This record gives sequence, structure tokens and C-alpha cells, in this order.
Amino acid sequence: MNYLTENRIIELESIARQLRIESLEMIYRRQSGHPGGALSAAEILAVLFFHKLRLDPQNSHWQGRDRFFLSKGHASAILYAALAKRGFFPREELTSWGRLDCSLQGHPDRLKTPGVEMSAGPLGHGLAVATGVAMGLRLDSRTCRVYVLLGDGEMQAGIVWEAASVAAKYRLANLTAILDYNDVQLDGAVHEIMPLEPVAERWRSFGWKVLEVNGHNVRQVAEALDLAEEIHHCPTMIIAHTTKGKGVSFMENDAKWHGAVPNQQQYEQAVTELLGKEG
Amino acid sequence: MTDEMPQREAYGRALADYGELNPRLVVLDADTSSSTLTHFFANKYPQRFFNLGIAEPCMVDVGVGLALEGWVPFVNAFAAFLCLRAAEQVRTCVAYAETAVRLVGHYAGLSDFKDGATHHCITDLAVMRALPNMTVIVPADNNEIRRWVSVLGEYDRPVYLRISRAHSLPVHSPNVDVQIGKAITLQEGGDVSIFATGAMTGRSLLAVERLAQRGISARLIEIHTLKPIDAEAVCLAAAETGAVVTAEEHSIFGGLGSAIAEVLAENCPVPVERVGIADSFAPTALDPESLMDYMGLGVEHIVHAAEKVLRKKEACVFSKPLSAA
Repeated sequence: MNYLTENRIIELESIARQLRIESLEMIYRRQSGHPGGALSAAEILAVLFFHKLRLDPQNSHWQGRDRFFLSKGHASAILYAALAKRGFFPREELTSWGRLDCSLQGHPDRLKTPGVEMSAGPLGHGLAVATGVAMGLRLDSRTCRVYVLLGDGEMQAGIVWEAASVAAKYRLANLTAILDYNDVQLDGAVHEIMPLEPVAERWRSFGWKVLEVNGHNVRQVAEALDLAEEIHHCPTMIIAHTTKGKGVSFMENDAKWHGAVPNQQQYEQAVTELLGKEG
Repeated sequence: MTDEMPQREAYGRALADYGELNPRLVVLDADTSSSTLTHFFANKYPQRFFNLGIAEPCMVDVGVGLALEGWVPFVNAFAAFLCLRAAEQVRTCVAYAETAVRLVGHYAGLSDFKDGATHHCITDLAVMRALPNMTVIVPADNNEIRRWVSVLGEYDRPVYLRISRAHSLPVHSPNVDVQIGKAITLQEGGDVSIFATGAMTGRSLLAVERLAQRGISARLIEIHTLKPIDAEAVCLAAAETGAVVTAEEHSIFGGLGSAIAEVLAENCPVPVERVGIADSFAPTALDPESLMDYMGLGVEHIVHAAEKVLRKKEACVFSKPLSAA
């Protein structure tokens, strides 16, 4: 069912581009948001929401669904774009993002937005919550899987490593974490602010299976997610090497675009660049 | 004179018993199960017990995950660390996300007398009370604790339960009826109202006896639910007696005294005296009772507060015609 044909790959790449454009449009319209880390996660979310996750948009609480947690909650724009495209709520809702009466909060809110598994914002929560969910599913002998997308900045938070220990202790093979490793955080380069390396070794030493992929290559992302399902003795960390601001030349690898908002000319240029890569 | 076992043991045994009644109950602890006595549950139901080590923030979030899957988590740690070290997890993932996590803060107040100020907890009620969506429960004695375990097991909202390491004075019979947000009148009286919570409830019962010997009729009301507070019961007692004393094993900032004063200032202003810990860290001691006495939480402190507030009440009565003119 999940076999990746060439056509399917092209389709997922196209969805990733659409999610990028939608996110930027949302951020530009609201004049607020976090473009850099949304753009870096586009292929990962495209593969998860349009290839991997078992979901029922008509019944967002369906017990048999796979659970996805966005730990880097500031990438909310692209999560909302993916949820709308997947059919959890009408696309028009995206245009009112941030308004007082809108169901879409600045950071994801599980109580307001269908498809959002957990409220997020402060960094470092996603893996610990997902660990509890994975434990709960296993206690119930459910076979659904738990996915959590982490930012690289939050690797600096102690709770991430607390949760890494817990997930390893309980051998939560139903848990797959994905690290959006774009090496840029709010104040600058991750490797300058607080280096993570050797990050793969760190996760291995915590008892996790570690896979490394190009996070903008949908085939590599999809195959790593498939492979994680074959690991039955421990949780899996997929280190996805990405580019912050991917797809917009002046945003790429620039910490300024972690939380900056494009003006009209920048927005138009960004969309032109992203559309230009279509086909 | 005190309860037959310390509060923590009453809790630990009640939790193990409740595990049989509720197959969805899961218990988490942070390397303190031999202190919080969740080990009774752990020994009985090892599959539903998770010891996550000294990692309170992570433990809270893992509890949240279990709650999201419909389990009934009781998350246990020393109150000082649950409410301060894990405060952000509690705020974001329990209170804001409205997850049904039962947070249980142990060794509360001064009950960990031997370990010093780092292990005392005199700010948990202030922290928890300030969080939207949070219910805050402080049981007075063991019989009440036994009831709360099953009541909170059925309660599908964020909640904080405060447990002492020490023996408390017995207040209730085994069939005490506890309802969230419903104050319990333990003694009728017309001169002054004493609002007490936790271990100070039993001490206040003794204070009421001493006051009676001095000809003062004190009403005693137990406020086990600090939030949502029973404002109606508070205002009614304040209006009928015209003077109020609060008694808690907590800082005078942010706990019961603050909660009562907020209600009264807006709805029924009467003189108030607060018995609590006056903005200071407590020292190490040889036993919890003498430490409580040393920090201003003695029976005699409650008596003095009642006498003082009665003098204020009289002064207020005399000043009324002046302010009216």
C-alpha cells in the first residue's frame, strides 16, 4: 500500500512545495510566524501526512490512528497547512490564523484544532509526551505507531534526554522520533550556540536505533520511516539533515528567518522561487 | 492522638487498593516510591507502575501521554520538585492542555522536617492555584485521603493533591463525604470563623477547644479544595461571625489565606488574620510538630490569631458609625 513509485515521489515533492507556499502565505498574511523551521520540515510532513500516517480526518480521535506530535511547535504554519490539505478542517480556516475567533493558535492547541494531538510551544515536551503515549498504546496492546518531530535547538533541553532514557528503558519500539537537523536556531547556528555533535552517537549511546537521511529527499525519509517499523527492540531516531528556510534563497541557513516575516517584495520573490521549482 | 499512620502511608495503601477497583489506574514516580509509598501499588501492579528516575519534568509529560491514551495517571514526587522543577510541564501540558493528570505532591509543607528548606514545600499551593484549569486539593487526615484517591480517580480534569510525610491529627470518620469545591463545617460557632486546610485542620480543632475554654465561640470550616474555593461558604461564615482566621502549612502568600482574603475583600470584607509561614525558609528540625510550632503554626498561634481578629472586629464595629458619617 505504501510502495513508493516514481509518480508517488513526484507527487510528495509537489505536496512539500505546496505546504511551503501555503505556510509562507499564512505567515505573510498574519505578519507573524516562523518561516525557517516550517520550510525545513516540508518533505518530512509531506511524507508523514500523505504517505505514512494512518489517519481518519473525518474522525480525528479514531483510536486506530497513528499519533503524530510536533514538538517544535513554532513550525505550526506547516502543520496547519498539512492538516487542512489532509482534510481535518477547511482550507479557509488557514486564512484566519491568529484571529481571536480562529481555531488555529500561534502554537498548536490540541483542544482547538482537529488533528493536533498535543498542545506545544515551549520546546522539549514532544518526546516526553510521545513516550507516555507510546507506553499507553502498548499497555492497551494497540499496534498504532507514535511519531514525533523535534527541532535541533531543543536537543539542548535536558528533558529531551530524560525522555530518551525513558523510551529506551521501556524499549518503546512503537516510537519513532525525527530530528529536523537544520543547524539554525533563534540566535544563530546550533553548532555555535550549543553544539549537538556527535548527535548520532549520543542517541545510539542512549539505546536508540539511529538512521540518518537527507530530510529533503522524500524517498530517503519514507524508507527510513519504513525501516523504523522493522526495529522491534528499541525506539528509533531518524536524523534528518535539512536546510533552514529550504527553497527560498535568501532565507536558507539564515537565523534571521527563524521568526522573521517577509515584506511584500520578499514574499513575492519567495513564492516565485518556490513555484519556479515546480516541475 | 494522631492518625494511626502517616498521611503518606494512608495514601500509598489507598492507591494500591484503588488499583484493584480501577484497571486504568497507572502510577508514576520519580525515584521516591519508598518515600511516597507508591511502592505498595508497584508491588501489586508492576505492569502499571513506572519509575522514571529523578526526572520530574519528564515524568509529568509522560503522565500526560498516558492520560491522552485514556489511562488514569497518578504522578508522584516530592511537592517541592513537582511544583517547581516541573512547573512548566504542569502549566503547558496539564493545565493548558487540560489533560486528566493527577499530580500528587508529597512531603508537603514542613513535614520533611529533617531535610531542611530545600525539601520543605511552602509554595506549591500558590503555584498550583495560579494555573488556569487546575483543581487544588489538600486533605486534612487519613480518612479524607482514602476518599480522595477514588474521587480523583474518577475526576477527568487537571488536579493537584497535597500529601504530608507526617502524621496528622484525625479529623474525619472513615465515611467522610468529600466533594470537590465543597467546604466542610466541622464546628459551629458565632464569634469568629476559622478556615483551615491540611494538617492545620486538626490543630484548629484543638484551638477551637481552647477558645471555648476562654469563652469564645469559634466556627471551624475545613477548606480541602483551595481551588475552586467554596466562596459561598466562606462569605456566609464571614458574614455571620464578622471575623476570620485562616490556618495553613504554607507560605502566607498565595495559599489558603490569600484565597480567603481575595474572596472576602471582593464580597464580604471582614477583619482577617492569617496563620501560615511568614515569608521565610524554615530550618531543619528533630520532628515535624515542633518545627510547625517554631514556624508559627502552633495551636496557640491559631488561638492568638482568633483573639487578635476579635479585637479588630470590635474596633471595626466601633468605627462603623464614623465611616457612615
